[in-house]
Amino acid sequence: MSLTINDVKKVARLARLAATEQEAQIAHAQLSGIFGLIAEMQAVDTTGIEPMSHAQDVTQRLREDKVTEGDQRELFQSIAPQVEAGLYLVPQVIE
Amino acid sequence: MLNSSLRQLGSVLRAKKISSVELTQMYLDRIATLNSELNAYITVNPEASLAQAREADAVLAQGKGQALTGIPIAQKDIFCAKGWRTTCGSKMLHNFVSPYDAHVISQFNNTGAVNLGKTNMDEFAMGSSNETSHYGAVKNPWDTARVPGGSSGGSAAAVAARLCAAATGTDTGGSIRQPAALCGISGLKPTYGVVSRYGMIAFASSLDQAGPMARSAEDLALLLNTMAGFDERDSTSLQCEPEDYARDLDKPLNGLRIGLPREFFAEGLSSDVGLAVGTAIAEYKKLGASVVDISLPNSRLSIPVYYVLAPAEASSNLSRFDGVRYGYRAPEYTDLADMYEKSRAQGFGAEVKRRIMIGTYVLSHGYYDAYYLQAQKIRRLIAQDFVEAFKQCDIIMGPTSPTTAFNLGEKGDDPVQMYLSDIYTIAVNLAGLPGMSIPAGFGANNMPVGLQIIGTYFAEAQMLNVAHQYQLATDWHSRAPQNIKL
Repeated sequence: MSLTINDVKKVARLARLAATEQEAQIAHAQLSGIFGLIAEMQAVDTTGIEPMSHAQDVTQRLREDKVTEGDQRELFQSIAPQVEAGLYLVPQVIE
Repeated sequence: MLNSSLRQLGSVLRAKKISSVELTQMYLDRIATLNSELNAYITVNPEASLAQAREADAVLAQGKGQALTGIPIAQKDIFCAKGWRTTCGSKMLHNFVSPYDAHVISQFNNTGAVNLGKTNMDEFAMGSSNETSHYGAVKNPWDTARVPGGSSGGSAAAVAARLCAAATGTDTGGSIRQPAALCGISGLKPTYGVVSRYGMIAFASSLDQAGPMARSAEDLALLLNTMAGFDERDSTSLQCEPEDYARDLDKPLNGLRIGLPREFFAEGLSSDVGLAVGTAIAEYKKLGASVVDISLPNSRLSIPVYYVLAPAEASSNLSRFDGVRYGYRAPEYTDLADMYEKSRAQGFGAEVKRRIMIGTYVLSHGYYDAYYLQAQKIRRLIAQDFVEAFKQCDIIMGPTSPTTAFNLGEKGDDPVQMYLSDIYTIAVNLAGLPGMSIPAGFGANNMPVGLQIIGTYFAEAQMLNVAHQYQLATDWHSRAPQNIKL
């Protein structure tokens, strides 16, 4: 499977990364090299092998359904790019 | 004082022969003098460090000092520390002052250790040379024209140059062990789940693990005693009984069976590294160990598998950086989507963007089975190789890195060449096993060589024993870079 320049542009858009034409060209060359490296995987027969998603074979812990975090809005918003009246400000979404 | 072990430092502090304030000030002075050359620290905050040192002195005065009370420790800038700027080596977090402490940070705070500063690192821990840091590359204290390794390169350089008593690191594909090897220090990546990931900025969550970096195995044991432990805030933190990782340090190595994976000594290993590692193995035989030839047949696949899984997890983890709640926001944008795209394009560096794009691609519709699922299946084959190998041996040894430290800029434009430098470390993360690197002499150009020690799950105390016995018999670990003023 070879990667096209349009694939690169689509992926950049999906990943919310603005890319100029020139940046897309460079990324295309480098990602193609990396996928060349990854291609080695495709030849391996993995029939019947269970995928390993985690290093330890343990199940998710459950905890009691109770509040563990207090309200720290002011502290958290003190490092936000833009806030007003306790709200995070972003460009208008709904006309 | 600069060459004292943590145990010795603890004793002199508790005996009040030196105060924590004096010790902390001594390191701060060294950092002020030497950091401009090495760039090992991104942030120092002398006021905050000295305030912690004064508190430690008060505790010590009451005779309530613990093993690390009053000892200045450098923290990799991936750990959130309340009130400290925490950048993760990225422009994205250049102004991020953490509102809370990572578990690792609170463990050190609770024991009275001093946070000496935040060390430089590859951006979001993605790199093997520290050159991807937004704050500039770290220089290797043994030769400042060379890289310190990465991603925990600032911590490794700081330990080697005696700019801290010890440091922390994180290891997703070798980021503790490889810089430890390249800077001639000792570093340990514990079994996945032993140290809490809470407050440690996530790269690839199923692989990320924090660990100590120091000048000896004995120091690592003391540090791990503080760092390890169950934390309910990390859903993958393991509920294990607390253990003393120093308990087995003095055991003799008679009868130890060392497995040498054939694949780790094949083509690609530079001869100087091979020679030094061979000499170290010979030393182990003198200490009573025997050698077993083993095979990890799927280990060659660890790089392709890693460069699917780690970017996939990273693309998901790094989606949180959107310029809304914290971190960098582009100065100009037209609408919300444009704000996201520009903030991320300007806030992330080239390597991080590459990995986000790889991850996004392998997880996208139509490619998931061919890449992500296939990689997870091979991950199991790689882990099973180790299970088979540990039926024949007690511990596995080999080189940490195929070469000694390379020159700054040498692998700059070719990500694939950079990725290949982690060939011996990545499989350990994929399997979730503990691994460490200890100094084992010098290679070409008098640059340090690291010996990698891989144990089975939860074998940290045994590995530390194996490393400590070697360090009693040799003095590689106590060598210091000649060009760094002591």
